[in-house]
Amino acid sequence: MAFTEDQFTDDQIIRYSRHIILPEVGGKGQTKIAAAKVFLIGAGGLGCPISYYLTAAGVGEIAIVDDDVVDLSNLQRQILHSTKTIGMQKVDSAKAVLNALNPDVEIVAIKERLTPDNILGYIKDYDIVIDGSDNFPTRYLVNDACVLAGKPLSSGAVLRFEGQVTTIVPGQGHCYRCLFEEMPPEGLVPSCQEGGVLGVLPGIIGTLQAMEVLKLILGKGDVLMNTLLIYDALKTNFRKVKVPKNPECQVCGTHPTITKLGSYEANYCRA
Amino acid sequence: MEEIIADKRIDIRGLKCPYTFVRSKLAIESMTSGEVLEITMDYPEAAVSIPKSMQDHGQRVLSVDKINGTDWVILIRKERD
Repeated sequence: MAFTEDQFTDDQIIRYSRHIILPEVGGKGQTKIAAAKVFLIGAGGLGCPISYYLTAAGVGEIAIVDDDVVDLSNLQRQILHSTKTIGMQKVDSAKAVLNALNPDVEIVAIKERLTPDNILGYIKDYDIVIDGSDNFPTRYLVNDACVLAGKPLSSGAVLRFEGQVTTIVPGQGHCYRCLFEEMPPEGLVPSCQEGGVLGVLPGIIGTLQAMEVLKLILGKGDVLMNTLLIYDALKTNFRKVKVPKNPECQVCGTHPTITKLGSYEANYCRA
Repeated sequence: MEEIIADKRIDIRGLKCPYTFVRSKLAIESMTSGEVLEITMDYPEAAVSIPKSMQDHGQRVLSVDKINGTDWVILIRKERD
């Protein structure tokens, strides 16, 4: 990409100066960040820190999809929302804060639930997909859609004191089904009474996801391809687990059985 | 000694760190390898920090001259992207 200094305004040079100074970023890298378009699923515990940092970083366009409204019980961890925005659509509450942080970034607020029918139409216009959802059906839907569409995916999950992050690059590394072939049966998924989370945890996992996304955009460093990073907050322990690509994988294997998006219904407690 | 002709000149007098380096780095990034950048600046610390950072980033510092009571001229040859 040809780089000229006049790609930045004086204010942008000041705003992004700590990026530009880095040899791995520079003006060229900041130009890549500004040209990037990412699609984020969820404006909740993970989606808030992810979109906050990517907006601060100057990512060109961030689409956020979420059909939920802000609830008082969200505010212990969902840092874009506030007491004043309770009852508001989460994507609108998030957009107002993100626009105030950095008007350079185009925030596209989508008040919908992702389905097998609409997801491919949405993600086709974006470079990277980020899963900040809180449920298994969406996680599998997003994984399968990204593999079918060939879109890199940052996937994160949190529960109680443990978080997981992985980066899926279709055609190159593993996918979520290489790791966990099928959705867990109902009884193994924690109910809403069991599913607490210490509020800082999604902040840590979400910022790790934002970092993975920036590295994908810049083409620098090693992302969590073929790797699951597990964070144990109580023990303050980060552990990397190798996840080889499964040649028998139903969606990304040599002879896939999932070639289009089917049904992702499951009867989990979604409170 | 043959006089070096700069391919690009920037005047960043009045700027302080880190913007002295930010502006210099953006200028060098927009040039092609082998070209020479001439930086005129007046922030004393940058007379030391710019040459050092440019070297750390793989560029070659050709000269650092104090040209009057307040200003310096630094010549950098771009060696790498």
